[in-house]
Amino acid sequence: MSRVAPGSFAPLLALALGATVRAGTAQDTSRIDRGVRIGIIYRPGVRPGMVVLPAAAVPDSVRAIIARDLEYSDRFELITLPGGDSIHLATAAAPAPAAPAAGRTGTSGAKPASGAAAATGLNYPLYQALGADFAVTLTAAKADSTIATVHDVAAGGVRRELRVHLPPPTAPEFRMAVHRLADRLLDAALGVAGTAASRVLFVLDGKVYSIDQDGAELKLVSASEHTALSPAWAPDGRRFAYMEFWQGRGRLFIEDLATTKRAAVAVLGQALDFTPAFSPDGKTLAFSRGNEEGTDIYTVNVKDGCCLQRLTVGRFADNLSPVYSPDGQRIAFVSTRAGAPQVYIMGADGTDQQLFAPFDYGVTGASYAPDWSPDGRSVAFHRDVGGTYQVFVLDVRMRAVRQLTSVGRNEDPTWAPDSRHMAFVSDRSGVRQLWIVDVETGRIRALETQSGARLPAWSPRLPETTTSTP
Amino acid sequence: MKRFQLLVLASLAAAAAAACSSKPQTTPAPVAAGPDTAGQAAERARLDSIERARQDAARRAAEEAERAARQRTADSLAAIGRGSEAVRTLFATTIHFDFDKANIHTDDAAILDQKVSVMQANPQVTIRVTGNCDERGSDEYNLALGNRRAVSAKQYLTSHGIDVGRIATASNGKERPIDSGHNEAAWAKNRNDQFDIVAGGDALKQP
Repeated sequence: MSRVAPGSFAPLLALALGATVRAGTAQDTSRIDRGVRIGIIYRPGVRPGMVVLPAAAVPDSVRAIIARDLEYSDRFELITLPGGDSIHLATAAAPAPAAPAAGRTGTSGAKPASGAAAATGLNYPLYQALGADFAVTLTAAKADSTIATVHDVAAGGVRRELRVHLPPPTAPEFRMAVHRLADRLLDAALGVAGTAASRVLFVLDGKVYSIDQDGAELKLVSASEHTALSPAWAPDGRRFAYMEFWQGRGRLFIEDLATTKRAAVAVLGQALDFTPAFSPDGKTLAFSRGNEEGTDIYTVNVKDGCCLQRLTVGRFADNLSPVYSPDGQRIAFVSTRAGAPQVYIMGADGTDQQLFAPFDYGVTGASYAPDWSPDGRSVAFHRDVGGTYQVFVLDVRMRAVRQLTSVGRNEDPTWAPDSRHMAFVSDRSGVRQLWIVDVETGRIRALETQSGARLPAWSPRLPETTTSTP
Repeated sequence: MKRFQLLVLASLAAAAAAACSSKPQTTPAPVAAGPDTAGQAAERARLDSIERARQDAARRAAEEAERAARQRTADSLAAIGRGSEAVRTLFATTIHFDFDKANIHTDDAAILDQKVSVMQANPQVTIRVTGNCDERGSDEYNLALGNRRAVSAKQYLTSHGIDVGRIATASNGKERPIDSGHNEAAWAKNRNDQFDIVAGGDALKQP
């Protein structure tokens, strides 16, 4: 249905420039270029235009959150209405005569607009003239429900109509419910899964925080007198593992986000255990253990609390930072077996260890902190380039590496559930903070601006009951 | 026979009561309740009083000796404590590393040799070596690097005769910088091994 096939986006000029251009999308399409412009220019029509129309009886925050989520999906040009919202309000009263007919003969996927007469009364030619390919309308309906409608502006009809129950804006689960709606709208428009309903865990001042992907809802999720590091999500999106310092030892804990109850990982003794990573089935935790033999990778069955297993035998090399492939068959990790740390791969049982991200011995800088994309195709990591760190992406199939960042120091990438966005730490603004990059376009936005925010871990798509406790 | 045992017990109890100086002195127990003549009684009283005086003198002497001994012990403990503090300070000297390296500097070997002799002079001491890193490296990798720095020092100490079981290793990665600066001077300080006495460090002997 999408008139722009995925993958046909503009060449990644942004990557070459490492540009942080973050211009408002409206300017990119509607302003006249004068003189010389240096930066990224999106060719008109590369990304479909989207307009989220104001709604009378639906809280403004719903529209604002949805518009921002769609903007942050980096799959649309979000169109702001000239003259504010008045243009819509003026035309809504006098619907264009052609619109209802177009609605019925529109796209094949369109449902009959039952009971949503207002939704079909859009002035499609107007929004088309403004550059919109899609429009989203929100209407309040009976029984506290909200109807969100995705319009195909070019076809002049309704693409899909979604009826949802949104909690009141004061409810703790309100924002996540709106984020879920935004993901459904994205799916309705383009048929792709979004990341609106997801969060990022990170470390600040030795404590673990959670923040929604849009930068809202900053919450402290773990605080003790011990320094915490390396949060890692369980695949169910309800728990996370992390490491705490206990006098130079590292202890691993698993915490339930809803109850904030935590438990030390069983069968681990007094050692330096760090960088936990869940297997995709959630049963096994891989981690690094430092002791007198150096640092090696172990696994432990966290479901039954048993079965400590050692996967690497480093002797004079360190092995650390394990991360499972999405199918659970393999583990990418960092090893110093060739001297400087580089990214290696092995079977989930420790067999068949080999180099993963190619490097030129003595030339390529050290590489750290791999994170496997949820679609399995890529492994992101950071690598020393001229004394600072840059984020790289390894194509798993081709075993080819490309550099993603070039401005400032960039490290500890973590993939979003759409395998297209990535959070990472950068000091490009002058302080170390969290950023999100769209790997396809190179567009970048700040996620958390507090200085010292680090070690981000992006959640899977979060289940409905994240905030409710049984 | 039973009667005799009771008597012995009674006299033992009386002796114990008498020996317990913290309690008020009880009247001397009548050792034998036999019929006495007046002269015998007087003689006995005289002997008893001599005996009491002698016991008092002995007790005072013992107390004095004990007090002197206590004083001597306290004095020597203070002296040992002063020396102990010096040894402890000496022992806490850190060693330093190059960026992303864990090998012991030749300059630092002398510092480690000192630690060897302290540990040899104080065989009861167990220690923890904690490796630290500067802020430039990767957060998580630095945990492994700090561990390796601690292990390097441990290997040096054990190769010079210190028992493996007396040295624990740990790593702070880059989480506990001594100097919060962002320059080479601060980084150089922060790339170190710290040496902490975990047990047996109450009275350290000079090597």
